Order: sequence, then structure tokens, then C-alpha cells
Amino acid sequence: MKLPPFAYFAPSTLEETLALLREHGDESKLLAGGQSLVPLLALRLARPSVLVDLGHVAGLDHLAAGEGSVTIGAMVTERRAERSEVVGAQLPLLAEAMPLIGHQAIRNRGTVGGSIAHADPSAELPAVAVALEAEMVAESAQRGRRTIPAESFFQGFFTTALEPDEVLVELRLPAGESRTGVAFEEAARRHGDFAMVGAAVVLRVESDRIADARIALAGVADTPLRRPEAERALRGEEVTAEAFEDAATAAARDLSPPSDLHGTAAYRRHLARVLVRRALVRAAQRLGVSP
Amino acid sequence: MSDVVEVSFTVNGVARSVSVEPRKTLADVLREDLGLTGTHLGCEHGVCGACTVLVNGSSARSCLMLGVQAHGAEITTIEGLSVDGELNTLQQAMWESHGFQCGFCTPGFLMQITALLAEEPNPTEAQVREVLSGNLCRCTGYQTIVEGALRAAASARSATATVRGSDLAPKEPA
Repeated sequence: MKLPPFAYFAPSTLEETLALLREHGDESKLLAGGQSLVPLLALRLARPSVLVDLGHVAGLDHLAAGEGSVTIGAMVTERRAERSEVVGAQLPLLAEAMPLIGHQAIRNRGTVGGSIAHADPSAELPAVAVALEAEMVAESAQRGRRTIPAESFFQGFFTTALEPDEVLVELRLPAGESRTGVAFEEAARRHGDFAMVGAAVVLRVESDRIADARIALAGVADTPLRRPEAERALRGEEVTAEAFEDAATAAARDLSPPSDLHGTAAYRRHLARVLVRRALVRAAQRLGVSP
Repeated sequence: MSDVVEVSFTVNGVARSVSVEPRKTLADVLREDLGLTGTHLGCEHGVCGACTVLVNGSSARSCLMLGVQAHGAEITTIEGLSVDGELNTLQQAMWESHGFQCGFCTPGFLMQITALLAEEPNPTEAQVREVLSGNLCRCTGYQTIVEGALRAAASARSATATVRGSDLAPKEPA
């Protein structure tokens, strides 16, 4: 399939990029790694008249640990994040989810910021961002920089809080806390496919009781979905198989996932329960407190 | 809209410049503008892996990349594997393992295996299968492809051993 025509710009600074977006905003698309955008163009699901390539823009590929958080520039490739020692040491949930994204050749080109801004509700990175309560930093020519919490960033199918004249500059992810176990579980028809359902879990245990839990699901709604009821059910509980089973049931309750040829809504609800339970068990095992 | 853009990159070690429409994928630039038709196009939307090439040494799907994005990059295609017209270690190993039947997917597999072996010269079977999960083959059932990759790794190891061994051998008098 051949791509429809568009005007192409390859700015080398963020300022130039923002000026281009100010001029072309609505009819333009930002090209990051292109691993989602190029197929969308090929399939004519997207037809922007202007493409602004971020590939040569300086200052978007930083990856560094700060105080209590890790900052990842929007143009850091998924493969670089996957192999990063900082990510491995400080963001174990991200490190675990990363190899599940597509295939190696995809991750070599695909970017962290591209996946977040694309906001596919089945994708791993948005669910990880929501589970970690990450912050997205966006910049525009007219309004400067602003920080958007993950919770309000994802607004619908492929829809985010980013304005047409804004660029996602970086992500700030809270670094791993002590006594916190994490796990990412997913079920896909084939290795590397988008997950039918994915579950990201962050579990903090203090004195053998669950002090805090965060659960986010991918593939069950039009955005990645936190499950506050299940999280509340866990707080204060002892680490037992029953507590995890109850929380998993609560996480899957009232879900209205989509039905398609990969799986029915009922099957996705079933997967949500099973994957949340498995992720909770594995997160606890990492803390040496197997239920 | 159809303005062409001048793009310069290195392909298989040779500097090339082409004028292309920005909408043209790297795969089409390689095939149509440079005549390198060894890179095959199966699905053309990033699912089958047949069009895999190396971009700065890393595997990439040339159907998911615009030619203009390759500006300044070093590209390696299947045509860049053979050495002086002879099969390289990987090609030889794939041949010995009967690692292909119709051959359509072969260039993509070989480029992805090349990237793997550069990074991990001694991969396990599980690593080979993981890395090749993004490449589809409708003929072989994959067994002989995986075997070919492992055979290539083994023969590269024994070649290294031979070279090291010959270094230790006494030099013949001039």
C-alpha cells in the first residue's frame, strides 16, 4: 500500500517544530518513530496534509534518573528504554512491559513518546504510565510547557489531552519505591500482537499488609483503565490468595470491553480477572511475600 | 504536495543520493530508485517482516519507514550480505539447513538474524525464536530457519576458533 501525499517538514529544533505546529496544527501530524503512523497512512486511516518529522529535533532523546523519578525524552526508542540500565534499576514495571511491545524491529524504531501520544488503549506503555501515575510534559509555542498527569492525559480511543499545536516533550515516571513489587501480564493471540487484555500492577507491602495497590488495565475500554475499587479492596489486607482473588474479581466487575474477532467481551472480562490475579501474585512474590 | 526531497544515505557501504517523494517508503526507494529488489514487500503495513533491513545496524521494517527518514543513515540490505559474490556464513548456514522454500520471506529473516548475531553471537534457541517472532514464513514451519540461525552462530564460532588457532601456528619462513 502506498501512502497518500503530504507536505513533509524535518525541523532540527523544538522551536521550529512548535512554529510549524502553530501554522499547520489541525491538518498536521507529528512523525516520531512511525511504527503506528505509517501503517495508518498506508491504510488511509489517517490523511494529514502535513507531516512534521521529529527525527532530527535536538533535545528529545534524553533518559536520566532524577530525584525520585526517571525522565524519558519523547523520542527515546522503545528498544533503548528496554535496554537502559536506569529503566532496569528504577522502573521495573516499564522494563517488564517493554519486551511485550511488538517485535524487536518495531521497538528499534518505535518511540516511548510516540506510543504514549498515539494512545492506543490496547498498548502497554499507556497502561504502565497510568499505573505509575506518570506525568507527561507538553510544549506549545503560545502556552509554553505544561505537565499533564497520566490520569487525565488519555481521553478516548487514540485521543489525548495534547492540543494540535503541542508536542509531547518528555515523560516523568516515579522511580521504584522500596517495599514495592510490580508486574505486567498480558494475553495476546500471537507473540508481539497487541494484547487482548493487559494488566499492570504496583503493590506496596509494609509489615505483611498491603499498604497501597495500583492496578491499570489495557484493552478493556477506550483508554487505559485504573481499577480504584479493586485497589481499595486490597488496602490494609494481608497478602493472601483470597485477597488477590477478591481484588481481581473487583477489577473485572462492571467492565464493558470491546468484542472483536480476537476475543468476546466476556472472554476479555475473564482475562482481566485472571491477569490481575496473576500480576498481583507475581508482584507479591517479588517482595518475598508469596500468598 | 508531490515535491521531491533530496535524500543521501549509505546503502551496503556505498554513498547514494536520491530525489524522492516524502511519502515513498524506504522499501520502495530501495526497490524502485536503487534497483535493490532483494528487499521484499509482503504486507506493506508492518506485520510480516519480509522487508526488514538494517538501519545503523539495527533491524527495521523498511515499509514502516519513509525514505526521507533514512537521510544520513547507514542501510544494509540483503544484497549487502554476500562477500565478493560468495555466500556469507549466515547465508551458507541457511542453505545447509534448507532454511527456506519459496524464499519470499528469506531476506527479512536473514537481516533480522544478522542483527541478532551481531548483538548476541551465541544465542539460545529461545532467543532466536523470540527475535524471529516478528517475521512470518508460510512455507517452512520455522524449524529449519531457527536451525539455520543456530548453525550460523556455531560456524561463526568455529571460524573464529580457526583464525585464532592459525594465529598461534608457527609462521612459515618467507
